[in-house]
Amino acid sequence: MFAPAPFLLKDVSVSQVMIQVCVALIPGIAAYASLVGPAILVQLAIATLAALAAEAVMLRILRKPLAMFLTDGSAIVTAWLIALTFPPLAPWWLIVTGTVFAIVVAKHLYGGLGQNPFNPAMVAFAVSIVSFPALMSQWPSVGLQLGLVDQMNVILGWAPRLDALSGATPLDAMKTALNLSDGSFDVTALLANQDIYGNFAGRGWEWVSAGYLLGGLWLWHRKLITWHVPLAFMASLTALSGALWLYNPSQFASPLFHMLSGGAMLGAFFIATDPVSGCTTPRGKLIFGAGAGLLTYIIRVFGGYPDGVAFAVLLMNLSAPLIDLLTQPPVFGMKDKA
Amino acid sequence: MITRDEVKTIAGNGIWKQNTSIVQILGLCPLLAVTTNAVNGIMLSLATIIVMALSGVAIASLRNFIPHEIRIPVFILIVAALVTVVDLLFNANLHELYLVLGIFIPLIVTNCIVLARVEAFAAKNPPLQSTFDGIFMGVGMLWTLALLGAMREFLGSGTILGGIDMVFPSLQPIQVLPESYPGFLLALLPPGAFILLGCMIAWKNWMEARAAERNKQKPPAPVATAGCH
Repeated sequence: MFAPAPFLLKDVSVSQVMIQVCVALIPGIAAYASLVGPAILVQLAIATLAALAAEAVMLRILRKPLAMFLTDGSAIVTAWLIALTFPPLAPWWLIVTGTVFAIVVAKHLYGGLGQNPFNPAMVAFAVSIVSFPALMSQWPSVGLQLGLVDQMNVILGWAPRLDALSGATPLDAMKTALNLSDGSFDVTALLANQDIYGNFAGRGWEWVSAGYLLGGLWLWHRKLITWHVPLAFMASLTALSGALWLYNPSQFASPLFHMLSGGAMLGAFFIATDPVSGCTTPRGKLIFGAGAGLLTYIIRVFGGYPDGVAFAVLLMNLSAPLIDLLTQPPVFGMKDKA
Repeated sequence: MITRDEVKTIAGNGIWKQNTSIVQILGLCPLLAVTTNAVNGIMLSLATIIVMALSGVAIASLRNFIPHEIRIPVFILIVAALVTVVDLLFNANLHELYLVLGIFIPLIVTNCIVLARVEAFAAKNPPLQSTFDGIFMGVGMLWTLALLGAMREFLGSGTILGGIDMVFPSLQPIQVLPESYPGFLLALLPPGAFILLGCMIAWKNWMEARAAERNKQKPPAPVATAGCH
């Protein structure tokens, strides 16, 4: 893959970028932890350890310098994104399997850092939701928070997984309710249930999304991501959900609901902006973001999966090289394409 | 007749050097569809071996009488007749397995492996050599499908020899992993077959590269392959 001009390089190392991405995730993680308790921090730790171990083993096998690649932080970012997209009370082996698959298959078998055509974290999510659909759809019931010890027991498999502890995400709950009701249910009536849906989107979840938005804006301010992908993602998601919402507000949720639920914000700012698996040209980035937003909406509303961000991003990853090829900007001083 | 060296070359080509599944990448459709366990893969390969051996001898014997211009339809007719025989045999004797393999037994007719070997080998070589070629190409397919099936089955459901009771009613599949094993469903789905097949091809290339390095020879040029189905 190649990037268009200008070829000026900023003197920023990979590890500096990765550390700042981790910092940008902190507001979201903080909101998440206050919503579901310390379980998410446990998952982050498990994923980080698994990612570093898998990375070390693969670097050893491929005879690459261990210290240089292990400290670049890219495995940690992948691990954190995986932990943040998996259900926080998922058993430990689920997140370990996903992380190891991401690092070994999606990253190193394709050539390692900077060579992967697919976003490793989204590969982990897709593989896990296809392989273990039941476990990947059990999200903790909001408002029924366990302590650290109880949550650890559930994650490590020492305590039974009680059905009362888990439920669907607000997004999934709404889809199920609408599907079951044959049109007699009303989205406005559903959303009035503040126990699940909170003020805007999902009780508690809306603040997690707001945390990601804050972190994402900071990344943009630090010039680590450009505005193209997130803006195009949010614009297309808003446009499609807004059009359908205006057409029939009793069957389709508002754009605000879709922006603040599921992985939309995490996807727009942290996943679709991946410089390796995404587009590199400015126009390409706009197409990439818009496509990811549209597919996210289509998959999450009309598809069978709880959320569509992972599959949307993977499908756009697949088209990224072609989009790049077709959107090459003109060479400086030339009127037409090079 | 046939010499020892000829048999050796034919066997080496079929089992390893020109392996249908991991070198020629032919017959991917049955490979993806039936290798959800080792037994299915082995039984479909056995059916293919029978067809290939018989079509090898039949076409090699008739090769001087078949007009070159219409050879493909003639080959297909002969292969289709043999496949019908095998199809009826499976239906009569291994009915449960026949239901599992389903359309993939009749589809041996259109399997690229059969037509490719008939066109590339049996149409140019004597009957005995062609029979051996058919058998060993089939054996190459058999071990790759068996290995792929065993890996998918082990990862996907934690058993080995699942479906063995359809061939030998007295035997039972062996549960290797504990009953609580959740099952890595992806391995049983087509993407899992693609990923594991990719790993097997990589493993084969790695073995070749290592052997070439050891012999201090120039590594063999990559074989031009074309997939179909």
